[in-house]
Amino acid sequence: MICLLLFWEFFKIGLFTFGGGLAALPFLFDLSLRYGWFSQQELADMIAIAESTPGPLAINMATYAGYHTAGIPGSLVASLAMVLPPLTLSLLLCRLLRRYADTSWLERSFWGLRPAVAGLIAAVCCSLIDLALAADLESGLAGGADPLAVLLFILFLPAVFRLKKHPILFIAVGALCGMILQL
Amino acid sequence: MKPWQFFLIFMRIGVSTFGGGYAMLPILQHELIDKRGWLQEDELTEAYALAQCEPGLICVNTAVLLIRPRFGLLPAVVASLGVVLPSVLILILIAAVLYRYANLPLVQNAFAGIRVAVAAIVVHSAWRLLKNGVHDFASGLLYAAAFLLLLFDLLNPVLIIIMAAVVGLLIQTLRAVRKGKAVRK
Repeated sequence: MICLLLFWEFFKIGLFTFGGGLAALPFLFDLSLRYGWFSQQELADMIAIAESTPGPLAINMATYAGYHTAGIPGSLVASLAMVLPPLTLSLLLCRLLRRYADTSWLERSFWGLRPAVAGLIAAVCCSLIDLALAADLESGLAGGADPLAVLLFILFLPAVFRLKKHPILFIAVGALCGMILQL
Repeated sequence: MKPWQFFLIFMRIGVSTFGGGYAMLPILQHELIDKRGWLQEDELTEAYALAQCEPGLICVNTAVLLIRPRFGLLPAVVASLGVVLPSVLILILIAAVLYRYANLPLVQNAFAGIRVAVAAIVVHSAWRLLKNGVHDFASGLLYAAAFLLLLFDLLNPVLIIIMAAVVGLLIQTLRAVRKGKAVRK
């Protein structure tokens, strides 16, 4: 039963994420609110793991979330559900494209998706900052910030923006700092 | 060219792309054009560009759009399964290990630090997406609407995406019609 629900939810994510990678994040946050499958905190950890392993971010997150919810069958179901919509749509589109070469309508509807996806990710950003900096996870940032975490964040921001290094590096440094400072 | 060859090649591509679809292009070039000569350069760029406009995993879209026209259905399906299989297996392994050690204080401290790094990384991605996606008043409005609707949990992401696609299609069609009229005058 849980596998059926997993399939349905991740199928929807596969169908409605545009632009790859982080685009699946808003949907996963929505899942964490609606089901008790994983917490927002676990989702933040999941992003780090997905960024540090090969392959598409969305699949990594589907596998991890599926495992979290229903073990190995869950992870297989969730990742398969994620693959099916792009697979079938692309197969259909291949045929269509040969018949109708004009894809301007596709580009036109995509025009509205780019800013919307950016807005959704920005909202997720707020939750992630809240999770990372709050002193107490239950009450969030409203209940006060962890000064060490805030300091670390202020140091990390310019580093991530200026140095065009792979996210893995920052994640590793973050893990080290966390262990040393006992965050 | 047997289907299992496509499976192996795309599995290799799946293993070697850290950070998702965008890292895929140079490896595809190397494996399918330079090394084997199975495809032309323009076929690759065309399929890759189109794959970004479709919903879902960019790597699966690229695999299918690339393989299906030339090599048929089975190689296309096999290639898209191959490209995701390595990450699924790796993630199952990591999840299993993490489950056992998640409660150790040292691991928890590490993840607290990692969460700070992740927040900074996603802020950076969000900033880049903003720069690429918002050009004018209308797209700024769509950006703000999507941001607020999700932040205050007023609408679920699926509906926000559908709304944005419809609004975008309307605005762009309207603009195209207006431009057409101006040209005719």
